[in-house]
Amino acid sequence: MSMPRYTLTLWRIAVSIAALVPLAWWSSQVAINAAGPEPGKYLLLNIGQGILWMLLLTLSLTPLTKLTRWKGFNLIRRQLGLWTLAYALLHLFCYAVFILGLDLSRLGSEIVRRPYIIVGMLALTGLIIMGVTSNKWSMRKLGKRWKTLHKIVYLVLGLGLLHFLWVVRADLEQWSLYAAVGALLMILRLPPIARQLPKFRQRLKRPGRAHA
Amino acid sequence: MLIKIAKPSDLRESDVTPEPVYFSRRRFMGGVVGVGAGLGISLALAGRAQAAASDYQDVPAGNPPGWFDAKLKEAEWDSVVPADRQLDKLTPFDDATHYNNFYEFGTGKSDPARNADSLKTQPWSVVIDGEVNNGGRFDLEDIAKPSRLQERIYRLRCVEAWSMVIPWLGIPLGDVIKRAEPTSKAKYVKFETLVAPDQMPGQDSSFALIDWPYTEGLRMDEAMHPLAILGLGMYGRELPNQNGAPFRLIVPWKYGFKSIKSIVRISLVEEQPVNSWQAIAPDEYGFYANVNPEVDHPRWSQATERRLPNSLFNPNIIDTRMFNGYADEVASLYQGMDLRKNF
Repeated sequence: MSMPRYTLTLWRIAVSIAALVPLAWWSSQVAINAAGPEPGKYLLLNIGQGILWMLLLTLSLTPLTKLTRWKGFNLIRRQLGLWTLAYALLHLFCYAVFILGLDLSRLGSEIVRRPYIIVGMLALTGLIIMGVTSNKWSMRKLGKRWKTLHKIVYLVLGLGLLHFLWVVRADLEQWSLYAAVGALLMILRLPPIARQLPKFRQRLKRPGRAHA
Repeated sequence: MLIKIAKPSDLRESDVTPEPVYFSRRRFMGGVVGVGAGLGISLALAGRAQAAASDYQDVPAGNPPGWFDAKLKEAEWDSVVPADRQLDKLTPFDDATHYNNFYEFGTGKSDPARNADSLKTQPWSVVIDGEVNNGGRFDLEDIAKPSRLQERIYRLRCVEAWSMVIPWLGIPLGDVIKRAEPTSKAKYVKFETLVAPDQMPGQDSSFALIDWPYTEGLRMDEAMHPLAILGLGMYGRELPNQNGAPFRLIVPWKYGFKSIKSIVRISLVEEQPVNSWQAIAPDEYGFYANVNPEVDHPRWSQATERRLPNSLFNPNIIDTRMFNGYADEVASLYQGMDLRKNF
């Protein structure tokens, strides 16, 4: 599937805007006092879920490409990865400002003492490593090792889900949904299944033609 | 070997209430003002006897049963108020009723306000059973009838490290227990919330970790403490459904989850009950759950709390006080106990 260059540019811009929409929505809810009596925590929790959304969307690009062969998905991979990092940094910012009241000594002690914070910080570290090596220069410099390095995204997904699991108090429904989607995306990467994806596309194509 | 001799008429723990503060009706009538600022509580008795709900002008009227209205007219307003009413300003009604943990109606803070309409609170009956001579099933009206409604403005400290200040209307839990005539075997009081998945959508969730009914418990001397009340109302009206209508517990020196909502059963028992949160995560939530800035929750510090409502520019983080600021009244209950172990 090929598309004119400007369409792909528009596509990238549209994805950027879409990534900003949730932030704009949550901010507007806070602005009109619709976010409840603890707006900082509202932002913290929503942005936290936003990270998982971004991460899962990023991880869905490879299977989607295999399934559709559209290169548009590949073009937004770095962008979505960086959005994931941006959301994660915002999440940490909310925690430091709204929960710890910018008491940085407490940030230090909390990081050391709370397993779920440690796990969250490790996941963030993974995102930062991928973020700073996401440029062309790093790709050239690292060569083959670049791909290996960026496999830590799977580790980040695991750590992120664990972080969320330890935050959940009494209802696993939401967490289970994220974990299920994450597991599905991992399963689609297993070589025997990954090989089936392009074939699956061809099978879809034939009956699809009639409707096109 | 411990030898226990049962005494027939016995209210041993309950009788031993050498509490520095005892809020008797007589004292109220006599107009004794203040038991001392050092107690962190004062009895303000200014002419509010007629005040009723008019003090809470932004509070929407409820739909209470007639007997509640009658009790409201004779309520003892400002029966217990914070020593510093500027520091412990009332939380707006809208926040107190739209930011709730009531997992029977969903795990989100705004779920209870959205879903609790389906709860049927009239008629309401409560079973009082176990180690009592005067047990049975009682209409809520009959449980409340003999006691005068009192307004208690309490700090509410959630285990999640946020807090509010709520003007409750309730009756002393001790009154209700005494009338049930506990036997000498009654060492603990166990409470249970209604189970009705058709009215409480959260109980239908197959992902819920709570094994319904939500269960809580108090030691007998805690239950008999004058600060422990059974709540029937707040902000000068009956309880909104999402706040545990029509009948809930309020134990202000303990984390909020102890203050069980929509109670249908009160059992006096010999063994220490296992409360719901302790059953889910015994390393995180204990039986006592006394507010204690020195004993952290494994996942977060309890040294401070966010007093709500707060804003992005002012997270309103304040120091958490021992026993939620009620140490002078309740610390004696826990003398000699290792509060780190009995968290």
